[in-house]
Amino acid sequence: MAEALLEVRRLARRFAAVDALKDVNLAVESGEVHALIGPNGAGKTTFIHHVSGALRPDSGSVHFAGRDVTRLAMHQRVAAGMARSWQITNVFRGLSALDNVALAVQGRADSGSSFRFWRPVKGETAMFDAAQGYLEQVGLQRKADAVAGNLSHGEQRALELAMALATKPQLLLLDEPMAGTGPEESARMVELIEHLARHVTILLVEHDMDAVFRLADRISVLVNGELVCTGTPEEVKNDAGVRRAYLGDHL
Amino acid sequence: MAFYRPAAWQKPLSLALLCALLALPTGLEALGQEFYIGFATRVLIFALAATSLNLVLGFGGMVSLGHAAFFGTGAYVAAICQQAGIAEALLAFPLAMAAAGLLALAVGAISLRTRGVYFIMITLAFAQMAYYLFVSARAWGGDDGLSLSRRMTLAGFSLASDTALFFAALAALAATMLLFGRLADARFGRALQAIRENETRMEALGYPVFRYRLVAFALGGALAGLAGALLANQTGLASPGLLQWTQSGTLLVMVIIGGVGYLYGGIVGAVVLLMLEETLVGFTEHWHIVLGLLLLGVVLFAPKGVAALFGKRHG
Repeated sequence: MAEALLEVRRLARRFAAVDALKDVNLAVESGEVHALIGPNGAGKTTFIHHVSGALRPDSGSVHFAGRDVTRLAMHQRVAAGMARSWQITNVFRGLSALDNVALAVQGRADSGSSFRFWRPVKGETAMFDAAQGYLEQVGLQRKADAVAGNLSHGEQRALELAMALATKPQLLLLDEPMAGTGPEESARMVELIEHLARHVTILLVEHDMDAVFRLADRISVLVNGELVCTGTPEEVKNDAGVRRAYLGDHL
Repeated sequence: MAFYRPAAWQKPLSLALLCALLALPTGLEALGQEFYIGFATRVLIFALAATSLNLVLGFGGMVSLGHAAFFGTGAYVAAICQQAGIAEALLAFPLAMAAAGLLALAVGAISLRTRGVYFIMITLAFAQMAYYLFVSARAWGGDDGLSLSRRMTLAGFSLASDTALFFAALAALAATMLLFGRLADARFGRALQAIRENETRMEALGYPVFRYRLVAFALGGALAGLAGALLANQTGLASPGLLQWTQSGTLLVMVIIGGVGYLYGGIVGAVVLLMLEETLVGFTEHWHIVLGLLLLGVVLFAPKGVAALFGKRHG
């Protein structure tokens, strides 16, 4: 088997008296959609925070694209090719959709230094063309000039995806992209993620089981900070331990 | 938030203002009011200092209560230069800016690791350390400060006359405003404003947030140093009082009255505050009471500052 794109080894984190993560081992292969599921409070978002660099582990390590990134700051991991979305929508609400994505393009190493003090950004057509391209990818091409705060919830979630994509990631960390969306928006989001999955590896945290079983190549189950099972959707469905701990009432 | 975008009429207005200021000394001389040339110079210098703080506070979102340290450092460097025989402003002013900028770089490198009220306290602490350093520096006059025996020359032209110094201060302010306006619209300014709004988001877009803040902080410090060097030339004295925390407070009040995050906020604040002082001081020495009421009024009724009443921040 090829080396995993993301490999988390024996990751552990304690908050006060609570073991939020207990020696979690998890590998995401290049090209797959890997879903991380588990009951509320299982530590899924905490896990994402440790992968993205928002939090540092007590012990264990995170390896990304063959490199130990455990000590790297968030922005360095982004530069290395790791992008994330948030459980709660996190966009610049006062800026247009296009400006939101343009900021993401600007932050990329291959778009040149941002320590430029003189030339107006307005003239940088390449940057805005690229941003427009990402808006198209998520179906927001007609909303480029709309103020982000005025977009519908589903559109804001899509915008957030466009911003993550604009960093040119190898790995997308999606923390509940379906959270708070209606059934129609959800269906559109599933389609969108399916489409994105052709180009980029995805680690997906999601509660919507229909979406998870439709999208995921492999699923890992986290319960009380412990990884109880990793496998194909079939294997996870039939795992007795998982059924007992979590899926029982869903399936 | 939105990115800063000046109103359409802002450019013609500022050009008109610049023309008016260019004619001001001649006009005042014709009216026999030369005294006010000096006052106008003082306003320009403080407008520059307040603008440099507005870059840090308004665009960078860093509430620094130690900005006077860089202002005062600039003044001292000018005085020290003069004492050492460097009487050319083209040499002394860049030195003042470099010294103040480097001090800001060092202070920022440590302070910017903290947030919120801790940042306010640590910048205050550093400024007070600098203040006591100059108070105890006998070689530089200690408590009394260091005086300049005479004003410097700028590219060979003497700044001895009030009119010459006025034009020097005007040139410094105009250049700063030009840079500031360009910067707000350039990549750096956009990144800085977005960081002010949501630093975690920017970090997650791959921006080294700390570095952007630090550069803005140092740039603000350097520009404050330039203002300090000009002030030392005007008053003929670099005194520790320039570094005191009350001075930082005055600059902060100027920015708040003028408009935090508005390009012209620092200028408007300096004009309002100094004119108020100039007018009221003739009536009562307790003019600070009126200032207090004004500040209260601004915070309650125009919380974005006076400049916000005229300019738009987004389009």
